[in-house]
Amino acid sequence: MSEQEPITGIEAPIYLKYNFTAGAAPARFLSQVKRGVLTGQRCPLCEQVYFPPRGSCAACGVPTQEEVVLADKATVESFTIVAIPIPNNPIKPPYIIANLVADGANLSFIHLMSECVNEDVHIGQRVQAVWKPAEEWDYAMDNIRYFKPIDEPDVPVDRIGKISVAGWEG
Amino acid sequence: MKDIAIVAYNQSKAVSDVGPCNEVELIMPVLAEVFSQAGINNAQDVDFVCSGSCDYLQGAAFAFVAGVDALGAVPPIKESHVEMDAAWALYESMLKIRMGHADSALIYGFGKSSPGELPIVLSQQLDPYYLAPLWVDTIALAAMQARMLLDQGKISERDMAEVVSRSRRNARNNPNAQLAGDVSPEDVLAQPSYVSPLRKADCPPVSDGASAMIICTVEKAKSWGVPYAVISGIDHRIESHNMGMRDLTDSVSTRLAAEGAGLGDGPVDVAELYAPFSHQEIVLTRALGLGKETNINPSGGVLAGNLMMASGLSRIGEVFNRIIAGDAGRGVAHATSGPCLQHNLVTVVEKA
Repeated sequence: MSEQEPITGIEAPIYLKYNFTAGAAPARFLSQVKRGVLTGQRCPLCEQVYFPPRGSCAACGVPTQEEVVLADKATVESFTIVAIPIPNNPIKPPYIIANLVADGANLSFIHLMSECVNEDVHIGQRVQAVWKPAEEWDYAMDNIRYFKPIDEPDVPVDRIGKISVAGWEG
Repeated sequence: MKDIAIVAYNQSKAVSDVGPCNEVELIMPVLAEVFSQAGINNAQDVDFVCSGSCDYLQGAAFAFVAGVDALGAVPPIKESHVEMDAAWALYESMLKIRMGHADSALIYGFGKSSPGELPIVLSQQLDPYYLAPLWVDTIALAAMQARMLLDQGKISERDMAEVVSRSRRNARNNPNAQLAGDVSPEDVLAQPSYVSPLRKADCPPVSDGASAMIICTVEKAKSWGVPYAVISGIDHRIESHNMGMRDLTDSVSTRLAAEGAGLGDGPVDVAELYAPFSHQEIVLTRALGLGKETNINPSGGVLAGNLMMASGLSRIGEVFNRIIAGDAGRGVAHATSGPCLQHNLVTVVEKA
């Protein structure tokens, strides 16, 4: 037995095929994204608007049926500067991943920021979506390439997540 | 030790394909129903939540975590999960209550099996070195078990057909059943062989759905002022993953779990058995020592609708429903996990 080579691995690949479905509420959301429209869903109890919606208010545990059209302007709630490249993405490190709150929504979503000076990015900063050409739109959040800063006054921390779809005048 | 009561139970209708419905959308309706039955608002009103599910079924990573979005878990709740049928989530919840860490618990299970090829998906729960790479599917394993029972003269194909016939006929009274109808044993025997010696009717349908239950101490049930039944015993045992070491014509683990749960301490009016294949109902009936006085699978059992990760909890819920309706005073519910009845849980439910 002592002469036997140790066996350090066996090959046992697993292939499983699934017919994936996005869910009823995410499907409503994704259908609108394909048309270049951002929609959130409002909780009937606490009235918070979720974006992107998954079909329930996680805080109240009830279905979110009401659709709310949002602006493609948003506010930086938090951010980080990343030094690792994104596979197949022209954005070169160091770049920004940010927690943003879209105008008209109350909960943040995660997206990229570009066309900005990384060192100048800050919480409360106003940003707007830079979309891909419409002919490239699909059922995906990367229809928006990234968000870029816009020339609007900062939103105070206690107002972030409370901006209406009409926008922020300062 | 504190007596534990079941106060609410609900199951969605078993369907072959629930369509574009994610885990949250599958769970929310059954949760809303049990909250309403118990007269509470949401998961904030119970002390503990435990769920059972398996992300392999729908091929969605962390679906079990996403399911928490159905609970209203803000502010944070005490929550746990088993990668098993939710009957074992009930077991964990009972331990929590008996240890004095909770007075009430919400249990739910969900399964969306339609997106994948269920028998193939389940092959990946087998021993990963020898069996899983062979892709031995659950129907083939059950067929080998049936072959042993037939060859040893312990059952006949007609016995199996009678199980199917009774399931289909009982299921006509179960609004949540997926397969129901006036099917005779002769109708079943006339069907062609599927995975020999099994006919398709000997196998469970692939089903999507969810079920939920609320349990609590008897004191809590009285303070909520809702009808309840008492869980007088619960136990579970598991056999070797090595099929060659098991007597597949018997279910030793079920018999031992039944003894542990005190099944023999009183009459058994109703039994709900998780027997995915027709011959397994006969194996279980014998292991539990059930006779003619027991109404077996009045819901139709899982041959009428097989909600992976939820149907074990549903067996307990079906017995609860019959006791609350006054059709039974004492009943047994059985849940299973793994191939050929590897792991078995027995719950005894009694009238309060």
